[in-house]
Amino acid sequence: MSVGQRVTSDHQLARLLQIGVVLEEVVEARSTHHHREMEDEFDAELDTLLREAAAESAEHRERLEELIAELDAESVSYEEIEALVEAQYGKTKPEDFDGVLYDQLCNEETAYKFYDDLIGAIEGSDSSFSVDRERVLDTLRSIRAEEAEGVEEVTAVMERR
Amino acid sequence: MNTADQYLKAIYLVQAVEDGPASTGSVADALDVSPASANEMIGKLEERGLAEHEKYKGVSLTDEGIVRARDALSNYCIIERFLANVLEVEEFRSEARSLEAVIDDTVAERLDTIIDRSTECPDCFDAETDACEYLAEVEAEHTAD
Repeated sequence: MSVGQRVTSDHQLARLLQIGVVLEEVVEARSTHHHREMEDEFDAELDTLLREAAAESAEHRERLEELIAELDAESVSYEEIEALVEAQYGKTKPEDFDGVLYDQLCNEETAYKFYDDLIGAIEGSDSSFSVDRERVLDTLRSIRAEEAEGVEEVTAVMERR
Repeated sequence: MNTADQYLKAIYLVQAVEDGPASTGSVADALDVSPASANEMIGKLEERGLAEHEKYKGVSLTDEGIVRARDALSNYCIIERFLANVLEVEEFRSEARSLEAVIDDTVAERLDTIIDRSTECPDCFDAETDACEYLAEVEAEHTAD
């Protein structure tokens, strides 16, 4: 067992990026499900928030997938994660708008924490990877910044309601 | 998972195997750290009321330590299950060990929304095989095939 946060190999980095992809896919799939279940009850603000979050997740996923491909690893298909989200959705779905907003806040906060830890773990290691380390860090830092904005946006909507 | 939680989980599992207090050496082995490092961290856990160390016997978790250790173990199960069932990683044990320090509790909870985990978790975690007994069963079936 390795105590302490460090990313030391291509394999470990690829695995963590795959987890990032899955987290983004969970956001996208859950948002799609919220729409399907409650669309008629959504107002314009909530509708826009969820649509933009899903689009942003898809874009983050593409950026992560580029790095994964360069590490000679495979990504995880959206369809597979969507099916898993669907299978468990009944047990985990939010009950109302507040629940949907809270779910979205958890999505953004979790993603932020994940990228923040991953950046720290790469910075904490002096290993080199077969992809340019600075490019990986730049990509992750830029995604982390967007997740931070996402947390602020959801919090602002929650405070207005 | 932070370092303290990794230690709590390791002590909990060593206690389960040894059926009593965990020796510092076994905890150090489980975490692949030096006995001196293990001693230092066990001292910190004691100061925080999470563990009690008795000379020549070993370390035992307090009730509060057990609660934290079980939470950490549940999150570890999520990581193992995610690797084995979603990413189809054969070496899920070693990979879970190498990733657990980087996977925060909140991330594990999110991954849990796509995992079919038993309600008895973490009691189904088998310290001997270092995996959930249901995962070990599936693995054995694959090996038999």
